[in-house]
Amino acid sequence: MFNSSFDAVVPMLCVVLAALASMGAEAFRAKDEEMPIGGLGIVGLAGAGISSGLLWNRNAASFGVLVADNFALFVTLTLVIVGILTIMFSSQVLRRDQLPKGEYYALLLFSLVGMIMMAMANDLLIVFIALETLSLSVYVLTGIRRDDPKATEAAFKYFLLGAFSSAFFLYGIAFTYGLTGTTRLDQVGAYLAAQSMSDNPLILVALGLLLVGFAFKISAVPFHMWTPDAYEGAPAIVSGFMSTGVKAAAFAAFARVFLSSFEPFSADWAPIVWILAALTMILGTVVGVAQSNLKRMLAYSSIAHGGYLLVGLVAANQVGKAAILFYLLAYAVTNLAAFGVIALLSSREKETDELRDFAGLWHTHPALAALMTVCLLSLGGLPPTVGFIGKWYIFSAAVSAGYYGLAVIGVLTSVISVFFYLRVVVMMYMADRDASAPVPSQVTGLGMVALAASIVAIIYLGILPTPVLDLAAESIATIF
Amino acid sequence: MDGWPGVVIMIALGVGFAAVMIGLSVLLGPKNPTPEKLAPYECGMPAVGDARERHSVKFYLVAMIFLLFDIEIAFLYPWAVALRDLGWPGFVQVVTFFLILAVGYVYVWRKGVLDWGPVARATRAAARREAA
Repeated sequence: MFNSSFDAVVPMLCVVLAALASMGAEAFRAKDEEMPIGGLGIVGLAGAGISSGLLWNRNAASFGVLVADNFALFVTLTLVIVGILTIMFSSQVLRRDQLPKGEYYALLLFSLVGMIMMAMANDLLIVFIALETLSLSVYVLTGIRRDDPKATEAAFKYFLLGAFSSAFFLYGIAFTYGLTGTTRLDQVGAYLAAQSMSDNPLILVALGLLLVGFAFKISAVPFHMWTPDAYEGAPAIVSGFMSTGVKAAAFAAFARVFLSSFEPFSADWAPIVWILAALTMILGTVVGVAQSNLKRMLAYSSIAHGGYLLVGLVAANQVGKAAILFYLLAYAVTNLAAFGVIALLSSREKETDELRDFAGLWHTHPALAALMTVCLLSLGGLPPTVGFIGKWYIFSAAVSAGYYGLAVIGVLTSVISVFFYLRVVVMMYMADRDASAPVPSQVTGLGMVALAASIVAIIYLGILPTPVLDLAAESIATIF
Repeated sequence: MDGWPGVVIMIALGVGFAAVMIGLSVLLGPKNPTPEKLAPYECGMPAVGDARERHSVKFYLVAMIFLLFDIEIAFLYPWAVALRDLGWPGFVQVVTFFLILAVGYVYVWRKGVLDWGPVARATRAAARREAA
C-alpha cells in the first residue's frame, strides 16, 4: 500500500525539499552572506517538472487521495513554469528591496506545494488542506514588505476574507460528507450518479457552499472584493504570482470537483456559474477601464480573465475543458510577465505602478516597452499572441455548447478590455516623459532572461499552439 | 439508553460537588472585608495599571511556536494509539512529519526566537563581532 503508491507525491516532494533547504540555508547563513537560495527553488521546481513528465500517462495515485493523472500533471507543469519565472523575476527585486530572501523563497515554494497538491487532490479534505497551505503562504508573501502600510493592509484584508471563504468551503465539505458519507471525489461522484438525490435540497446547499469557496479563490464577481486591494498592496511580483499560480490551482480543483464529482448536478450549477461568468467578465472589464493604477488595472483584468475561464467551465464540453487548461497556461505566462515588468521597473522607495509612470517609457527602456506591449496585446487577446488563441478556444467551446450569450458577452468585454490595455501602450510610446518623475530602474540579468523567455512563449504559442493544445486535450481525455 | 444514567449521575455529582463547596465557603467562611480584599486581583498582586498595554513581540512568537509544536504532539497521540495497525509505513510518515518540523525548529532556534531577553541577545551579538 505504501511503496507501490508513492509515485504521485514525488513532484510535491521535490518542491518541499527545496523549500526546507531554503529555510535551512537561511538559518545557517551568516548575516551578510549572499546565498543563491533562489537557485535551490529552481532546482526543486525543475525536479517537480521532470518527475511530472515521467509520471505522464501513468495515472499514479497515492494513498487514494492524490492522483497524478494527466490533468493534474498539466496544471503542475504550468505551476512549475510560474514558479521558475517568479523566482527569476524575484532575484533582482529581493536584492533591491532588501526583502528576507530565505523566507520569501521558502514561502513561495510552500505555496507552490499547496498549489500542486490542489491540482492532484482527489479528496475534498485534501483540497482544503492544499487550499490552506497555499493561502497561508500567500497571505504572508502579500505582506512581506512589513514597513509598507499598504502591504500590511492588503495582507490583512486578504487574510480575513480568505479565512472567511475557507469556512464556507469547509461547511460545503461537511454537507457533502453528511449526504454521501465520503469526502473522496470519485466516491462522491459515484454516489451522486447512482442515487436519486435531485429532490434533496441539502445537496444544493453543499454545492452552493463549495461554489462560494471556490469563487472567492478565483475572485469571481461578487466575491472579488479583496482582489484589487491585495494585488495593489502586495509587491508587484507577488501579485503576479498570486494572479497566476493561485488562480491555476483553484481552477484545477474547481474543475475537478464540479466537472467530475458534481457532474450529475450540472443542470443545477451551470446556470449559476453562467451568471457568475457573465458578471465577472462585465465587472472586471468595466471597472478596469476606470483604473489609473496599473496594478489595480491588472487586478481587474485578472478578474475578467477568471470570467473567461468560467465560460470554459460552463461549456463543459471537451473543447471547453481543454481550453481551460490551455488558457491557464497562456494567461499565467502573459500575466506574470506583465507584473514582472512592473516589478523590475520599480525602486525600493516606490513601485512603478501608476499609469503616468509609464509615460514615455519608450525613450528610457525601449526593450521593456516593447515586451510590455506584447504582454498587454496578449492579455487583450490580439493575434498573433497566445491570448488570442486561448480566447478563441474558450469562445468556440461556448458556441459549440450552445452558450451564445456568454460568447457574445465574452467577445464584447474583450473588445472593451483592449481599450485599457492599449491605453498603457499609447502612454509608453506617445506620451512625453514627466521630467520630475524618477527614472525607473534598469533591468539586468535573470529578470531580463525570464522576460525574454515569456515573450518567446507568448508569440510561439500564439503562432504554433497545436502541440500544447493537443497535450491539453489529451490530459483531460483521461479523466472527465 | 444503556449507560446514560451513568452520565447523568456524573454530571449531577460534578455540579453538586462544586455547588456544595462554594456554598459551604460562603456560609461558613469568616468575612472581614477590607478595600484591598475587595479589589479585583490576579496572582495575589495589587492591580497597578491598565491591562491594555503593549507587550514584547517575543510573547507572540512564543505563542506561535507553542501552537505549532503543540499540534505536533496532537498528531503524535493518535499515531501512538494506532501504532500497531499503521506499522512501518505509519512510522515512516510520522518521522517525515517530524523531520519537516525539526527543520522549522532549527530555523526558529537559529533566528534567535528562543533567546529570551537582552542578555542572550547581547552575548550573541558579541560572539558575532568576535567572529567577524
